[in-house]
Amino acid sequence: MALNEAFDEMRGLGETIREAYRSYNEWLDETPISRLTERHQQADLIFRRLGITFSVYGSDEGVERLIPFDVVPRILDAGEWDTLAGGVIQRVRAINAFLNDIYHEQNILKSGRIPADLVLHNPAFRPEVLGLDLPRNVYVHVAGIDIVRVSAEEFYVLEDNARVPSGVSYMLENRETMMRLFPDLFGSQSVAPINHYPQTLLRSLRSVGPRGVYDPTVVVMTPGHFNSAYFEHAFLAQQMGVELVEGSDLFVENDGVYMRTTEGPRRVDVIYRRIDDDFIDPLAFDANSMLGVPGLLSVVRNGHVSLANAIGTGIADDKAIYCYVPDMIDFYLGEKPILKNVPTYQLGEEEDRNYVLDHLEELVVKEVAGSGGYGMLIGPASTADQRFEFRNKILAHPTSFIAQPTLSLSTCPTLVDGGIAPRHVDLRPFVLTGESTTVVPGGLTRVAMREGSLVVNSSQGGGTKDTWVLEA
Amino acid sequence: MLGRTANNVYWMARYVERAENMARLLASIYHMSLLPASNGSALRQWEAPLSLGGNRAVFDERYGVISPGNVLAHMALDGDNPGSIISSVREARENARETRTNLTTEVWEGINQTYLELEGISYSKMVDQGFQEFFEWVKERSHLFRGAIYGTMRRGEAFTFSRLGTFVERADNTARFLSIGWDTLGTGGKGSLAAEDYYRWGALLRAFSAFKAYREVYSGIIEPKRVAELLVLREDMPRSLQACTSEVLVMLRATRGDASCTRVAEDVHRSLQRSRIDGILRTGLPQFLNGYINRNNELNTLIGRDFMLVL
Repeated sequence: MALNEAFDEMRGLGETIREAYRSYNEWLDETPISRLTERHQQADLIFRRLGITFSVYGSDEGVERLIPFDVVPRILDAGEWDTLAGGVIQRVRAINAFLNDIYHEQNILKSGRIPADLVLHNPAFRPEVLGLDLPRNVYVHVAGIDIVRVSAEEFYVLEDNARVPSGVSYMLENRETMMRLFPDLFGSQSVAPINHYPQTLLRSLRSVGPRGVYDPTVVVMTPGHFNSAYFEHAFLAQQMGVELVEGSDLFVENDGVYMRTTEGPRRVDVIYRRIDDDFIDPLAFDANSMLGVPGLLSVVRNGHVSLANAIGTGIADDKAIYCYVPDMIDFYLGEKPILKNVPTYQLGEEEDRNYVLDHLEELVVKEVAGSGGYGMLIGPASTADQRFEFRNKILAHPTSFIAQPTLSLSTCPTLVDGGIAPRHVDLRPFVLTGESTTVVPGGLTRVAMREGSLVVNSSQGGGTKDTWVLEA
Repeated sequence: MLGRTANNVYWMARYVERAENMARLLASIYHMSLLPASNGSALRQWEAPLSLGGNRAVFDERYGVISPGNVLAHMALDGDNPGSIISSVREARENARETRTNLTTEVWEGINQTYLELEGISYSKMVDQGFQEFFEWVKERSHLFRGAIYGTMRRGEAFTFSRLGTFVERADNTARFLSIGWDTLGTGGKGSLAAEDYYRWGALLRAFSAFKAYREVYSGIIEPKRVAELLVLREDMPRSLQACTSEVLVMLRATRGDASCTRVAEDVHRSLQRSRIDGILRTGLPQFLNGYINRNNELNTLIGRDFMLVL
């Protein structure tokens, strides 16, 4: 797909500067590229010194890498943001209602709106938490909704990340860095602040403490410092002023969870865990996990500790369930979806499968259980060999895949070697749920740094940008 | 504070201190090696750092012969040698990284920066820059680390365990270096010190930043016995065993006075206070230092047990 067909965040489809970028563009016109390049190098230094690095699995280039940071912001105006914010909040409310339903009455399955098999036989469905009542009925306390834009008015939701979405630390550090590098830009226009995110997160977590606990102790649980998102875990713990624990720091005794401290055991009430269901309790799930806490599930079941996100949310970010989010919105909220879903082909259905196999060159094929851009075929950019390989994979395990049309992701001006050029972007706003569901203005904009590339995942060489929401 | 966190902070400080002390030892031997040597002891001195923190198997395979350049490369920049400066700094940084939420930005950034810069130094760069410059730089980074701890950290447990780590490690290093010095340098016996030994004892004092202090305290020519007294028993010398033990005791009493490690520290402290240098030399300094090192190790184990550092 040629880049010039794509909608550009700054210029739309023509050459006129869009409203949101007017002030920025004036500044850009007066600013030599050399200054941007210089600032870009400065940003690299800042990130490296702060240790904002991530690890790449299966890469030889050394364990730690910087995510490329781009100094040109992605800018949304107040009207655009209102739509997006309304849309993602609506989705998360529906998803929480869905999870509460399928782990209790299962009305939506009884009504036939979602095929029961798709839920009940899904590996991400956790019968272990059936009938368990959660504080405020909240399952997904933190969600990251991946959105792409294809025109001025059209936004699509690509994925609802409801397990352990990451990237929020980059959202916060990107802003911090931009304010340090370009203070003048922030003086000339009103960019909505985002730095209250950690406090809002803490408030959400404290609001879902176990019944009867007046002043809950919150911790962040990490798989450890070799995890690719370790920086973020540490960052959030520090920003919230809570302990960062590993599985080995916690133990279960007398139906409670405790952490080992220098002064002896201390009770833990809410665990913001950044570790998948599979690894959280070797007694209940993966017995080989060294990362979890033996017996944790039983304490959860007795309501003496809260997990965020709750066990079993994976079913809601399953790529096969994704198709039904509009139905959830209708079923639970009685509302019309504000944001669209990408049309999705179910490869388990013969008709869909035949169509997809005939049109592999035009489609994106994703593994249902995959994440981070691994196990994905982008038709227009693929080789015949890759298509052949995917055809065989699909035929072997049809239900493990879905396919979607290749969307013409919007582009955003980006600093590259030859100056400023358009690069494809997406957006991940972070939605928090406690007493209510809220979203901080903006999110993480990911950018595919290679010309023409549509893959924005950091594990695949994607970079990030600061995301500005202009206040009305 | 989590036991694991206390463990991380403690080892972070130990490794920084270890890196600094290795730089001090290497600088001192390098300094000695520039002096004329009559008895062929010049090369023998270079075995000291290897015996302290070298990996003999890796060294023999990779470098073969003992030479100043080989020992310096192995002890400063060889990442496969767990006792090298770069390995210590890497361990310090890994521990800091695991517990960065409990450190101030200044402490974390300082230690991270040190590691990143050190990673960029090759042997040829170290030669270009000059060995002494390199050792000075390592020392400066360690000073910066302690300064950042002292100047920015809340007087809470992270501060306490970091200080504990610094002084437990320093006590161990001082005892070991002094023991090696006593073994390799002439102690004069009944006669007087040879001129070259006089310079070597001067270089050893410099390794402890104690050259000027010696002059102030004793105002005479350097005698091995006085050097030992200065580095073992003087409470006012910040790198002496007595001073390190006192610092450890202050920290332990502030944390938990009734812990078993506190009782051991009190014991060690008391016995140092009662000791006189003549008595120590009568039983033999190396034996004495050996006993001290063992007690210090015991203290380390008990700190781990009492504060749940060991899981």
